[in-house]
Amino acid sequence: MKWFSALVMVLLLALMLYATSDLPDHADPQAPANTYVSPTYIENSVKDTHTPNVVTAILADYRGYDTLGETVVIFAAGLACALVLMKKAGEKEDR
Amino acid sequence: MIRQRYQSIIIQSICSLLIPFIQLFAIYVILHGHYGPGGGFQGGVLLAVSVLLQRLYLGKEVAYQKFPPKLALALGAVGMLIFGLAGIVPMAFGGSFLDYAYLPLPGVSGAELRYLGILIVELGIGLAVFGTLVLIFDNFIGGRW
Repeated sequence: MKWFSALVMVLLLALMLYATSDLPDHADPQAPANTYVSPTYIENSVKDTHTPNVVTAILADYRGYDTLGETVVIFAAGLACALVLMKKAGEKEDR
Repeated sequence: MIRQRYQSIIIQSICSLLIPFIQLFAIYVILHGHYGPGGGFQGGVLLAVSVLLQRLYLGKEVAYQKFPPKLALALGAVGMLIFGLAGIVPMAFGGSFLDYAYLPLPGVSGAELRYLGILIVELGIGLAVFGTLVLIFDNFIGGRW
């Protein structure tokens, strides 16, 4: 079973490496993100949201779903921390 | 006067002087996210730091009375709830998920409404981050709460 997991991980790594060969180069001006996504945000963010800070407009409005996920991850981490470390009602305090 | 953990007058004075300014700056960072660097995550961390400083210089017994750990958990959950409602409420009024232009606030519409929606979401993020960090700290220093 351990070897099977390792095999799956290696295959996944190979798949990821194969997929990255198709991605555009870093900071490529012809990449789709740079040809229309970024210009659209930069040109329309003030008109759409009245927010001068384009970073905030993207983070909280255009990409709000992503920010919701980030916040859920942080909150879930805190809850998991509490679940692991919290003393139960009858447990003795050790300091 | 309440019993303090450190009897040094320097630590007491500096900490009690610093905490209100840290909190004020945290609120400024959250509310100023529209115009400059900042926002919910950074402001929430600053707000948590002020409570952690209070925990450190007052000691557990006194600080837990001033800011109970359960309140941190509740505030974090309320922050998540604000964010979730900002996503779901527009769906009930004909928009899509997290489409602030459909929030049912009277008197504002369009871009102004999205501006307010960003502010609501930033407040929710700030509360959630604040509650989570205080929760993690309280659990790491141990003890029953």
